[in-house]
Amino acid sequence: MTTVGLEHYLTVAAALFVIGIFGIFLNRKNVIVILMSIELMLLAVNINLVAFSMHLNDLVGQVFTMFVLTVAAAEAAIGLAILVVFFRTRGSIDVEDANVMKG
Amino acid sequence: MATIIFFAPLIGALICGFGWRFIGERAAQIVATAMVFLAAFLSWVIFLTFDGETSRIILLRWIESGSFAAEWAIRLDRLTAIMLVVINTVSALVHLYSFGYMAHDDNWKAGEHYKARFFAYLSFFTFAMLTLVTADNLVQMFFGWEGVGVASYLLIGFYYRKPSANAAAIKAFVVNRVGDFGFSLGMFTLFIMTDSIHFDVIFGAAPALAGTTFNFLGWEFNAANLIAVFLFIGAMGKSAQLFLHTWLPDAMEGPTPVSALIHAATMVTAGVFLVCRMSPLMEYAPEAMAFVTFIGATTAFFAATVGLVQNDIKRVIAYSTCSQLGFMFVAAGVGAYSAAMFHLFTHAFFKALLFLGAGSVIHAMHHEQDMRNYGGLRKHIPMTFWAMMIGTLAITGVGIPLTHIGFAGFLSKDAVIESAFVGSQYAFILLVLSAFMTSFYSWRLMFMTFFGKPRWGGHGADSHGHGQDDHGHHAHEPHESPKIMLIPLAVLGVGAVFSGMLWYNVFFGKEEAVRDWFGMEVAALHEAGAEEGHAATAEPAATTTTKGAVTDQAATTTEAPVTEVQTAETASGKFVQHTVQAGPAPKGALLMLPYSPEEQAAVEARIGFVPGDGAHAPVNPLAAAHEVPKWVKVSPFVAMVLGFLLAYLFYIRRPDLPGKLAAQQRPLYLFLLNKWYFDQIYDALFIRPAIWLARFLWKKGDGVVIDGTINGVAMGIVPLLTRALNRAQSGYIFTYAFAMVIGIAILVTWATLSGGGE
Repeated sequence: MTTVGLEHYLTVAAALFVIGIFGIFLNRKNVIVILMSIELMLLAVNINLVAFSMHLNDLVGQVFTMFVLTVAAAEAAIGLAILVVFFRTRGSIDVEDANVMKG
Repeated sequence: MATIIFFAPLIGALICGFGWRFIGERAAQIVATAMVFLAAFLSWVIFLTFDGETSRIILLRWIESGSFAAEWAIRLDRLTAIMLVVINTVSALVHLYSFGYMAHDDNWKAGEHYKARFFAYLSFFTFAMLTLVTADNLVQMFFGWEGVGVASYLLIGFYYRKPSANAAAIKAFVVNRVGDFGFSLGMFTLFIMTDSIHFDVIFGAAPALAGTTFNFLGWEFNAANLIAVFLFIGAMGKSAQLFLHTWLPDAMEGPTPVSALIHAATMVTAGVFLVCRMSPLMEYAPEAMAFVTFIGATTAFFAATVGLVQNDIKRVIAYSTCSQLGFMFVAAGVGAYSAAMFHLFTHAFFKALLFLGAGSVIHAMHHEQDMRNYGGLRKHIPMTFWAMMIGTLAITGVGIPLTHIGFAGFLSKDAVIESAFVGSQYAFILLVLSAFMTSFYSWRLMFMTFFGKPRWGGHGADSHGHGQDDHGHHAHEPHESPKIMLIPLAVLGVGAVFSGMLWYNVFFGKEEAVRDWFGMEVAALHEAGAEEGHAATAEPAATTTTKGAVTDQAATTTEAPVTEVQTAETASGKFVQHTVQAGPAPKGALLMLPYSPEEQAAVEARIGFVPGDGAHAPVNPLAAAHEVPKWVKVSPFVAMVLGFLLAYLFYIRRPDLPGKLAAQQRPLYLFLLNKWYFDQIYDALFIRPAIWLARFLWKKGDGVVIDGTINGVAMGIVPLLTRALNRAQSGYIFTYAFAMVIGIAILVTWATLSGGGE
């Protein structure tokens, strides 16, 4: 039984990050899924920060994680609020319907 | 005092040009004229009291950049003093004359103001000319040189409603640019070689320049010769010498006072002045001097032949000017600079007189300029007739042979011809022939204008025959010009009679007198032996490099005083300057070196000098010119008399002869009438190719390449890109996110592969 080292954390974080990315542009249905994917990517970054913080014995990384969590919470609140407004005006939160910027 | 002379015309020009709206046109004219008269008066004071010592008055530190320094200064020496008198006197009289001449002009509508502008231009010209002659360095001189060019352009094109006047103005400007290019090259070369443009430094460096070579366009030239030829090309343009002369006859489109001031008395002599001013350099450039002589003599001959057949009164005088300038250049070219200045001095008086007289005739004939429509004007405009008579006597050189009594032209022209005999056989022969032709065309002008039957309208218009010139004025009687036009004629007449006799001695008399007059060192006379020729004085100074490491100590070997001085391009692309070290400048306004032994022998053989009986061999052109045989001294007089008799025969006794001769020698006549076809040759050689090239560049270069590129880009490529980018804007958020991720991936890859941001 090997101890859980830095590589494992990084692998998990990379996997989460890639899942988040694919969640953004493979998803054609729901905007909420996009928000969730963003959260997933942020969490991947958090895992990276905490892992390196432990590895380097430096608390700054964990402090940063706190910040990122705060920002992520705020972002989720704002994103959901926007979604609500968006639904009121458009009557749908489908990604396919949100193409006003089409050239 | 010199400062006042220098600035008075400028102030006059400014007040007249910009202030006439406030003080009135007439007041403005008077101010400008008064300013120039003040300058003229002070110039005479300086001229008569000047002691020959060169002095400098620094007015302004003009340009300073590294080792280059140009002051705005007045260099006052004998040459300047002479030019000041010539310029300001003629200018003042022309200003005065213009009051009458420009009073009424058919080229302007009633109520249009043109007089103040005219006077402002005249005054501005005077200022620019003063800048030129008082210059202490080549850059200031160039400023004046271009200033007079601008003034000349403005005044030739003064009647800007006439297309021919505009064309002539542009022609004058463009042809002069060719000469100015030579002047600039000369200036640049001098600066490269001596690291200075100050006359004193240049003159001091002249002997060293003669011992160095300069690489120009891949050829090695003697530096002094190269610079002298460059500067002379500038002089050729300004002084209308052969190949660059074509603008001068066309310049007659300007008002007649302008022709008198600019294109006869002052500006066109700037080239002669330049050669004389650079005499300390010219003396060390024998090949360049030979070139000057050759061009001068050829021009004198060429212009005289063309003058024979012209019918426009002003063009006859214009070609005469061109020819006389050739005389001056010959004198300068053979080393008799004082003779050149002498002819310049007298020529200013009698040629301005002739032009103003011609202007008076034109005024009397209501702006008719064709001599074929004149005739018998003697009784109608007697004062003008006498003025023109004095001018003609002066230019043809009437005087008592072998004495110093005669009209101005007699003394100065003989001085030139005697110098030419010493210097060059070719020039001598051409000049005597030119003197003969000068006499012929001058008297032809007099006879056609003032004698014979009237050929203008009213009185027997039977011999008229030129319908196209026949506009309604011919019904009027010719009328004598107002007093304000006759006074300048009278003053110039006095000058044309006496200026030669009064100043003969100092310009071309005993060598001591001339040396004293020009402030030259008398000591040079004593040390000048036949054994100390050019070679001894041309001992080069040490040649140093300012930036390079090599220092060539020249002149350690006696037989090879040639040091390698080139401008080589180093790896960094900067010029390495090889500076010729300057010795002290020679004193005085001119420099006359003694002959080298070979020249001495040649000159003695030519003038038939017999050694012995205590006579000293003449050691320079000035001295030698006095020793020429008697037949040489008489030859211009004989040529003048023959010319007069021939003109008398052709135009008084047998008026049918010229027509017959022209019909018999038709090719020759046409050749001369068309001015040796110079304009046509230039047209075919330069103008047509230039137009063809311009048309090619316009149609192909501009039309196809540039416009085609812009149209292709604007109408083909840009819409294509627009459409492509348009399609990229899907509007879906995941597309943009994908683009961002791909972008980041590429950036990170690139940063990693190229060294991880190190």
